[in-house]
Amino acid sequence: MIGAVLSLGGIGFLAAVILGVAAKKFAVEVDPKEEAILNALPGANCGACGYPGCSGYAKAVASGQVDPSLCTPGGKAVVEKIAEIMGVEAVVAEPMVAVVCCQGDNQKAKDKYKYIGVQDCVTAQMLAGGPKDCPGGCLGLGTCVVACPFGAIEITSQGLAVIDREKCTGCKKCVSACPRKVIKMTPKSASVHVLCNSHDKGPQVKGYCQIGCIGCQLCKRAAEEVYAVENFLAAVKYDTYDAEKARAGMEKCPTKCIRDFADGYPEGSTFKP
Amino acid sequence: MELKTFKGGLHPPDNKAWSEKKAIEVCPLAEGDELVILLSQHIGAPAEACVKKGDFVKKGQVIATPKGFVSVPIHASTSGEVISVEPRLGTAGTKVPAVVIKADGQDTWDENLSGADPDTLTAQEIKDRIRDAGIVGMGGATFPTHVKLSPPEDKKIDHLILNGVECEPYLTADHRLMLEDPDNIIGGILILKKVLGVEKAIIGIEANKPDAIELMTKACAGRGIEVGALKVQYPQGAEKQLIYALTGREVPSGGLPMDCGCVVQNVGTAAAVNDAVRRGIPLIERIATVSGSAVNEPKNLRIKIGQPLGKLVEFCGGAKGELGKIIQGGPMMGMAAVSLDVPATRGTSGVLLFSEGQVLKEPEGPCVRCGNCVRACPAFILPTEIAFKTKKGMIDEAEKLNAMDCIECGSCTYICPARIPLIQYLRQAKGAIIAKRRKV
Repeated sequence: MIGAVLSLGGIGFLAAVILGVAAKKFAVEVDPKEEAILNALPGANCGACGYPGCSGYAKAVASGQVDPSLCTPGGKAVVEKIAEIMGVEAVVAEPMVAVVCCQGDNQKAKDKYKYIGVQDCVTAQMLAGGPKDCPGGCLGLGTCVVACPFGAIEITSQGLAVIDREKCTGCKKCVSACPRKVIKMTPKSASVHVLCNSHDKGPQVKGYCQIGCIGCQLCKRAAEEVYAVENFLAAVKYDTYDAEKARAGMEKCPTKCIRDFADGYPEGSTFKP
Repeated sequence: MELKTFKGGLHPPDNKAWSEKKAIEVCPLAEGDELVILLSQHIGAPAEACVKKGDFVKKGQVIATPKGFVSVPIHASTSGEVISVEPRLGTAGTKVPAVVIKADGQDTWDENLSGADPDTLTAQEIKDRIRDAGIVGMGGATFPTHVKLSPPEDKKIDHLILNGVECEPYLTADHRLMLEDPDNIIGGILILKKVLGVEKAIIGIEANKPDAIELMTKACAGRGIEVGALKVQYPQGAEKQLIYALTGREVPSGGLPMDCGCVVQNVGTAAAVNDAVRRGIPLIERIATVSGSAVNEPKNLRIKIGQPLGKLVEFCGGAKGELGKIIQGGPMMGMAAVSLDVPATRGTSGVLLFSEGQVLKEPEGPCVRCGNCVRACPAFILPTEIAFKTKKGMIDEAEKLNAMDCIECGSCTYICPARIPLIQYLRQAKGAIIAKRRKV
């Protein structure tokens, strides 16, 4: 009995000594700053900063070579924290959010064929350029929903991708996932956007979508500072954005392709402004 | 006699009886008809238009010049006025550059075209003629023929294999060509043999065409060309499977037929090569089968490149009932067309129409692990496993499972009891793998 206790205790003690020595001898030195930064980061590993995961970015920032304000999902709070750890002044960029520039859901836009197959936009796009007749419209099969690490995207009951402006952190994952390039980055402070992605001429657009931009220039005429029309598609000039003027232009739009997200999300969406 | 075959595959009902006994008819072209000639009818760089709106072109005249080695010129299929050079709806359902010609009804040949005796030409001169005539693989893949005939120095070619298998259901175009114009095919084979410097040429024909086997065997006798009868099994006409069936050689994973000393050409391509070299006729016509349950009168037609599919169907008595699906090519590997306005191209081996009720509309179910797709796969990969990985975005895993070896024959999708669009997942995986390799 005593022999067993002693021998087991001895083995335990010996192992403890070996582990203790090894821990001292082979200790990996981690920059305390790196650890502090990693703790401050959101930990979504989204890659918006351009580094492989949060730890990659933390290491890069700790080395002092990299701008501490690259974490868009973290927003102002995280940037300030990292700047404090690094002892530099925080420069917070205007927060950006992604917007699906299309309102042509299955009620309002025509399909050129019925698609039955893999529910993935990239794959559908390989079949005759996608089922939607409009060459730029949202296919609504949800490739962006899968790509979003923050659960900020939903497909509405009418088959259109919609992004929650509150949940979106601006990591741009959906932008690169979308095969039709219909998702664009916009300043979070601006709530009025042109929700169309078709550069086709007016009559063509009317042929396949009830709510597409026909390039009529009425918004531009109402608010020259806020709207530009290029290649038959209107766009908001975010540099000179002004909420009141933007709304004035929006009210002139004959197809209602301009939407103020403060008024609500597209039809069928469960998101609330 | 034991029929040769490959491992894997399946046998869908071939439905060839609808058109196999019908002689090839010429699809008429009236004055004022529009021909939409796409500038990208081949694999490789699209050709560049060298005519402009208002020009008058003659039949056989070059209207677009090739860009790069893997590219071929495009020719006017008839004489008439160029009414526009603009993007038009193409085979893939998207708008692609095209030359639109309004036929003058005269069908005047370009007088600069002339044939030559292949015996007096060098191999390079023959290859130049083949390229200038715009010859591409007529089986449907439309790979430029002159590229296939130019293997690198270190690859020794000792077999020329002719594909007369036509394993796709419904299609009977190659079958009719073999029956009606065997001399043209054999002339082309002799030219191809000379270019490649090979002694051995084998024509592979599926056993469901006994008349073609008999006729070709008789016609080839004493001319150094063998005819191999093959078991009726899809995809017997796929390049790698055909090589295995006829020679017992296997093309290595990721390799090309030339890696095992073979060059495969379609019988239609051989006939086109003969026309191009001996008579100077460029590739402006081809044989296509118009068939399917929604066609009033299935037929084999000699069509002009650029004729809208609708014209072909009209000549076959039009469509009956509500159209459910239009397929260009065969039902297994062909592409669904968006509308009948799409023009015929050099790869249009068939136009199939199916009625609304025949189109499968049920969504995909869960995999029941039956293994049918694995048994059917002629490339020996695991379609269901790759589809599963692709669904989860695990592209590296899909690559490790040799997704790139998929020949896209569609056997797995055909046999799947759960209606999983496996081929689509495979294509998705291949696309993602290619994109990934390009990035690295």
